[in-house]
Amino acid sequence: MASEGGEDHRLLRIASAIRVIPDFPKPGIMFQDITTLLLDPKAFRDTIDMFVERYRDKEITVVAGIEARGFIFGPPIALAIGAKFVPMRKPKKLPGEVISEEYSLEYGTDRMEMHVGAVQPGDRVLVIDDLIATGGTLSAAIRLLERVGAEVVECACVIELPELKGRERLGERPLFVLVKAAA
Amino acid sequence: MACGNGKEQEQDPRIDGIAASIRVVPDFPKKGIMFQDITTLLLNPKAFKNTVDLFVERYLGKDITVVAGIEARGFIFGPPIALAIGAKFIPLRKPRKLPGEVISEKYDLEYGSDCLEMHVGAVQPGDRALVVDDLIATGGTLCAAINLLERAGAEVVECACVIELPELKGREKLNGKPLYILIKSS
Repeated sequence: MASEGGEDHRLLRIASAIRVIPDFPKPGIMFQDITTLLLDPKAFRDTIDMFVERYRDKEITVVAGIEARGFIFGPPIALAIGAKFVPMRKPKKLPGEVISEEYSLEYGTDRMEMHVGAVQPGDRVLVIDDLIATGGTLSAAIRLLERVGAEVVECACVIELPELKGRERLGERPLFVLVKAAA
Repeated sequence: MACGNGKEQEQDPRIDGIAASIRVVPDFPKKGIMFQDITTLLLNPKAFKNTVDLFVERYLGKDITVVAGIEARGFIFGPPIALAIGAKFIPLRKPRKLPGEVISEKYDLEYGSDCLEMHVGAVQPGDRALVVDDLIATGGTLCAAINLLERAGAEVVECACVIELPELKGREKLNGKPLYILIKSS
């Protein structure tokens, strides 16, 4: 697995803490499992630190984390930079009034929801997930946030699968990742 | 209305602010249920920080080696605690989400049942575990979590939640394991 900027010893530890599981959830897919990173307190700490170092002086007011693994990385970043944390959820999980955005899956579609009023026009948002593959989920999150008038400053993921061209799907919005891996 | 922890101890001054930041949504997910919505707490950076700090202050120095968080809202509160106390974080998940080898524990719902899963090898005999979720209601999910950890040989030191609904008697379902909560609510 290649890591961005080889001199950074933290990245080496992070990359090697990630476990690849073949044929999950189905044959042919090499699943990037971050749970082993979470079992290494130093690697998990370093992961959060690298994001916090990048975003602490960028006046980010909202960290939006995508259910469910974005809930693991987003809140520690939000806490460290003093931003609101906003969960972006699967349908029917958020109580109260929500707005909803449909996105494509390999077969069929799914929906992502966000609370009405969680994000205001003018909020500067960082979107977090553990991994970007095709970019479908991240694009849906961006659309939800832009619909309410927020500015999506950047998307940040631990892992990118560049062959799946998710970066292009995000248009002009910047993407920051720690580790690139083969799909 | 949410209120702070019992009269036996003086309440930490941060708890009122935390309780006030939690929104109650009536009739969700179905009629008659007053849903305790912690998303508004997460929109208040000071309240969120105070919540995590209260747990961290309690567990620092107690040799906790594992924080197990229950999907999905336990994933929001568990990791910041794990990071602050230098423990491993283990996600306890709904079926078929965790890749690789898992162990599985069934628990009852109001209608039917569900399963909680944990990775084989995540936890070792001798690990001292804290179980975290946003809320304890009937205690079914927390009980399943305790069982998973004990089956793998860990010692469950305590369960910690932001909110307890005491009328649902979840505390009694925890096999005698201690429960620490910040806020009791009806």
